[in-house]
Amino acid sequence: MKLSGAQILCESLQKEGAEVIFGFPGGSVLPLYDVLPQYPKLRHILVRHEQGAAHAADGYARATGKVGVCVATSGPGATNLVTGIANACLDSVPVVAITGQVARPFIGKDAFQEVDITGITLPITKYNYQVHSAGKIAATIKEAFYLARTGRPGPILIDVPRDVFAEPADFQYPTEHVPPGYRPILQGHPTQIKKAAKLINEAKQPVILAGRGVQISGAYDELKALAETAQIPVITTLLGIGCFPGSHALSYGWAGMHGMAYANLAINDTDLLIAVGMRFDDRVTGNVNAFASKARVIHIDIDPAEIGKNVPVDVPIVGDIGTVLRALNKQVSSARHLEWLRQLDGWRGKYPNEVRDSSSLIPQYVVNQIYQATRGEAIIATGVGQNQMWAAQHYTFDKPNALVTSGGLGTMGFGLPAALGVKVGCPDRTVWCIDGDGSFQMTLHELATLVQDRIAVKIAILNNGYLGMVRQWQELFYKKNYVATPLSCPDFVKIAEAYCIPALRVEYREEVKPAIEQAMAHDGPFLIDFHVEPEENVYPMVAPGASLAEVMVAPERHHKKVSDSAKLPVSNI
Amino acid sequence: MTATKHTLVALVADQPGVLNRIASLFRRRGFNIESVTVGHSEVANYSRLTIVVDGSTTSVEQVRKQLDKVIDVVKVSDISSDNIVAREMALIKVKSGSASRGEIIEIADLFRASIVDVASESLTICVTGEEDKVDALIQLLRGFTIKEIARTGRVAMSRGEIGPLGAAGGATTAAEARRRGRNLKTKGVTNG
Repeated sequence: MKLSGAQILCESLQKEGAEVIFGFPGGSVLPLYDVLPQYPKLRHILVRHEQGAAHAADGYARATGKVGVCVATSGPGATNLVTGIANACLDSVPVVAITGQVARPFIGKDAFQEVDITGITLPITKYNYQVHSAGKIAATIKEAFYLARTGRPGPILIDVPRDVFAEPADFQYPTEHVPPGYRPILQGHPTQIKKAAKLINEAKQPVILAGRGVQISGAYDELKALAETAQIPVITTLLGIGCFPGSHALSYGWAGMHGMAYANLAINDTDLLIAVGMRFDDRVTGNVNAFASKARVIHIDIDPAEIGKNVPVDVPIVGDIGTVLRALNKQVSSARHLEWLRQLDGWRGKYPNEVRDSSSLIPQYVVNQIYQATRGEAIIATGVGQNQMWAAQHYTFDKPNALVTSGGLGTMGFGLPAALGVKVGCPDRTVWCIDGDGSFQMTLHELATLVQDRIAVKIAILNNGYLGMVRQWQELFYKKNYVATPLSCPDFVKIAEAYCIPALRVEYREEVKPAIEQAMAHDGPFLIDFHVEPEENVYPMVAPGASLAEVMVAPERHHKKVSDSAKLPVSNI
Repeated sequence: MTATKHTLVALVADQPGVLNRIASLFRRRGFNIESVTVGHSEVANYSRLTIVVDGSTTSVEQVRKQLDKVIDVVKVSDISSDNIVAREMALIKVKSGSASRGEIIEIADLFRASIVDVASESLTICVTGEEDKVDALIQLLRGFTIKEIARTGRVAMSRGEIGPLGAAGGATTAAEARRRGRNLKTKGVTNG
């Protein structure tokens, strides 16, 4: 059967189970768009900027666990994807990006809209390809999807010259195509697992630090079994939020720069840190030399290169999280750790993660009200900055893959396009985009996409008139020298209305709940512009370069660092 | 070779851009690489790289693991602690009139180096050996004004097992290569 390269591409995407393409057309991908109507099962979502396509594919992949697909044309279309690809790479998200390229005879001639996108994306993809004949498209797609979703997932870019789309070739989808240099380790080494079990069984003050790897592996039951059997408190990373039920008795929040004080203090005092599917990012370790300094460290991860990269490890176990934990759980004895848990509860009682009392409209209250109204069952996509931290702190996630947030790259503007992708992938779930006024303005043009493709995302802008997180740093570390952070914003309600999206402005506390209810009741996208306290800060905070023990809590409650009181013996807390 | 210098050997697929991927990795992660050499291996469509890393400034284990992560890299080993054969080749063009020619040839002979080009004003010497030997020859020749040096960087491999020679010798190399080729496909070395 002879098909064109473009047809082969679509057939192959369908074989891989792709249902949605987030894309933006242009000269080099026109032959692909020309055949799209022949494949009605491939839903195309037209974004307004290619960065949105990459973020939407990313959000779609995180929420569904499937591979997200985005398409852009050559040149500027391809370079606009770059931020989104880097974002997916740092957070290990399976995305396949397909870019058009100038026709083969023009490659290397600086042709119109030619850019070396495989060269540009080389360090931010798990792998990338330029396909030089239509006959190679099927095998490339097969391999790309396999690479994207297996092992440590990541983005794959496939660059297809325009004349390759048009070239006819025989189509036969390969059954198996695995590059010889690629075989992720799934089974943990039995000796290492035995060593880890021994450490766990001997530990007096163990802590589990769980990351996104748990969500990727789907190892929720295994993690829960480990925690419950040995009564080990579970702390997550930002991207691990939801891999363990937030309201579980053994859940002690998330750690790091804006994590809960009790989580950071627990890591500081633990004698055994069981790091599961995480990579010791500097935002979670603080000063790495002081990180978990009293602890032996077990590190379970599928990527061997993460072992010992940032933090020295006593017992490394390379493998799939679920597979390793199943083997490990068989050797872990039940334990109670009563005194240790009591100490954590003491810290939690002293430095609770709660919305502070305030008669004014504070952003934490807004997040909490969204949590109440959605009964904790929404998927939340966030921007980056204060809005992101408040969303992560004050929405309790009991289910996995429900917080979609840019962790590694910290990409402002991620929220709206990611939420769009999430809603397309999970049409039956309530999806909220909790964003900041700065972050939202970076990609607000995707409002048009919500309307054109009828995507019912609810948007909450925590509007404080500042680039809030940067302002907070200026306040704390640059003597309130607010340079380039006061932000004049458009009237977001009018903006939304211009896109035919109903919207409300909320300025008072008592308006919050009814506004959220109105948004939820509306069958379609809805925007609420919350005018929140302008100079509210995110606490707790571990200052850059400080250790987790030096976590600062909100000055209203305590005027000094926690670390002094953290040294008190258990009985005094 | 000092103890801080590590020799890594990698088998990599001959794909467009594979050297670019590896070079980009070294640059991005700030790995301090002394030399990289590459050429065809015994398996068709696969090349072998020899990489010398300065272990005092770079985590050799990280280099090995990050290299192993590159999809085109089939296998990487740190052979520094093995019993290895390591060689480098250098071409050295030395200024030489009729007066100094004899002396230069004599030095080259001592190093079992060969004269590969003779011109009216210069001699070109080809030397092969471990880096120390090449360094020493270059050092001596500096007295005669060196016009140009080209060095290959190190190539290395582990020495073979030594046992009594006998009937098992002379295995068909073609069959051996096929077996290895198959292993590449079925037993690709791990990475994630």
